[in-house]
Amino acid sequence: MATLRPARLRPGWLAAGIGAVLVALVAGVALGPVTLPPGSVAAELLNLIPGVDLPSGLNEREIAIITELRLPRVVLGLLVGAMLSLSGGCYQGVFRNPLADPYLLGVAAGAGLGATMAIAFRAGAVLPLAAFAGAATAVVATYLLGVAGGRDRTSATLILAGVAVSSFLAAIQTYLLQRNVDTIREVYSWLLGRLATNGWHEVTLLLPYALVTTVVVLALRRELDVLSVGDTEAASLGLHPQRSRMILLAAASLGAAAAVAVSGLIGFVGIIVPHLVRMLAGGSYRSILPLSLLFGAAFLALADLAARTLIAPGELPIGVVTAFFGAPFFVLVLRTTRRVSV
Amino acid sequence: MLAVEGVRVTLGDAEVLHGVDLTVASGEWVTVIGPNGAGKSTLLRAVGGAVPCQGRIIIDGTPTSALPRRRRAQLVATVAQQPVVPPGMRVLDYVLLGRTPYIAPLGRESAQDLSIVEQVLDSLELRRFTGRELETLSGGERQRVFLARALAQGAPLLLLDEPTSALDIGHQQEVLELVDRLRQERALTVLATMHDLSVAGEYADRLVLLAEGRVAADGPPEQVLTEELLALHYRARVRVIAGEFGPIVVPVRLS
Repeated sequence: MATLRPARLRPGWLAAGIGAVLVALVAGVALGPVTLPPGSVAAELLNLIPGVDLPSGLNEREIAIITELRLPRVVLGLLVGAMLSLSGGCYQGVFRNPLADPYLLGVAAGAGLGATMAIAFRAGAVLPLAAFAGAATAVVATYLLGVAGGRDRTSATLILAGVAVSSFLAAIQTYLLQRNVDTIREVYSWLLGRLATNGWHEVTLLLPYALVTTVVVLALRRELDVLSVGDTEAASLGLHPQRSRMILLAAASLGAAAAVAVSGLIGFVGIIVPHLVRMLAGGSYRSILPLSLLFGAAFLALADLAARTLIAPGELPIGVVTAFFGAPFFVLVLRTTRRVSV
Repeated sequence: MLAVEGVRVTLGDAEVLHGVDLTVASGEWVTVIGPNGAGKSTLLRAVGGAVPCQGRIIIDGTPTSALPRRRRAQLVATVAQQPVVPPGMRVLDYVLLGRTPYIAPLGRESAQDLSIVEQVLDSLELRRFTGRELETLSGGERQRVFLARALAQGAPLLLLDEPTSALDIGHQQEVLELVDRLRQERALTVLATMHDLSVAGEYADRLVLLAEGRVAADGPPEQVLTEELLALHYRARVRVIAGEFGPIVVPVRLS
């Protein structure tokens, strides 16, 4: 008899995920207006580790391009992609709905309104903060509204509350835009997402939230598997389904809000990546979540590479790149998913 | 093993159970019968802790209100009427979920958990299905897998809510014989609900007839499955025939 192998993160897949991140990292840093040899880039990246000193053959200006310009942007892409995919995978598990994405509970509408306000009131410097505050407020409002709906804190009432909050915030945002037509272009560009960096500033903004989200969501990934049998049965297995769900949603929303605050609204990453992972490496959240984190990071860093090189010296909004690949995929999932349970 | 004392359950605005008393001795099989809406499933869910209730439910001498959830899950295992079938989940991983009450919140299953699951899978002849997705199994196979998850919980009290309602007559008998065998092998106590009265009587040591949220009759199958009681509470005309393992209830046309 074959030995029993429970669903776990397989080392092969873990290695593939880490490999994808490294490839995206080196390619993202090497390619651009000035193309640098990948070997030299890899050497310079290793040199960032204290105690390592490899000859790379690059001059000071090229090293500055790596450490001051490209690396922060690639790292930001990795972090944003990791957060959106991890949150997406987590939302899909919590809601037992393969089409849930991290924007479901109002993160997008809240961040959009916050960003619009910052731009309209000429306070661009606090835009990330405003977007983050808007996203966080929206999720909290959704949660309170969903809970107020009754004793049955079902996923459906939460999702409906999310729809209501999103519509409400979008209405305010539209009104603000109508009153400040001159800002439409700037707001629009933010809505499509961009990974513009100013040194390491954005990375340091996002990093603490990304760490909290990653630790909490990955620690609870087995509970997501238990939640997949529904609240009643999960409770009979000794879980607090509502409590687990609330912690997971809070952590995932925090990561998504922080990512959106520095990158704008980048669509579909949170849906595409967890689904690809699910198809390739199996349906257990114990492998879906860590692999979504890694492949999501690599995917967004590569999408950003495409966004800034395809029409160089111009730049495509990264949301355009992810949606161009994401929308057809979304339709495919809709058509092949056997069950959409809310 | 189990004592239910004056249990009342309110769902929405309506009180569904109006003070139910019930005991199940260790190793006994008690089946709750009753017409639709009598509160059978609600009673089971109250015992399993899935719905809040007033009154007392005592398991192994401890009121369940004093039991932490994980401890309760180590004592009571439930097979729901229509268990959720998680898309894409393999049989092995599904049965392993039964070990959840023993796995630390941030931990993973131990070698012991795996060997317990392995033993349950062998005993239910499910070994060859371990790598299959639960969705791809037939109704009878699935019911065995649901049962396997509950057994993996290692709980002495097993709650079965309509365990055979989705099965054909042959698979019904197969599953109930299996439960009976496991009850003896593992010294389990069984509290079930069932619709088929003859089958209920053949397998249970005792029947509890629930009607409109109250216990209408409680005793050995011969005392509960009588033409008078069934006419009164089910508004059904039946003939009761003595059978080898208990009364056989046959519906008879009214006019």
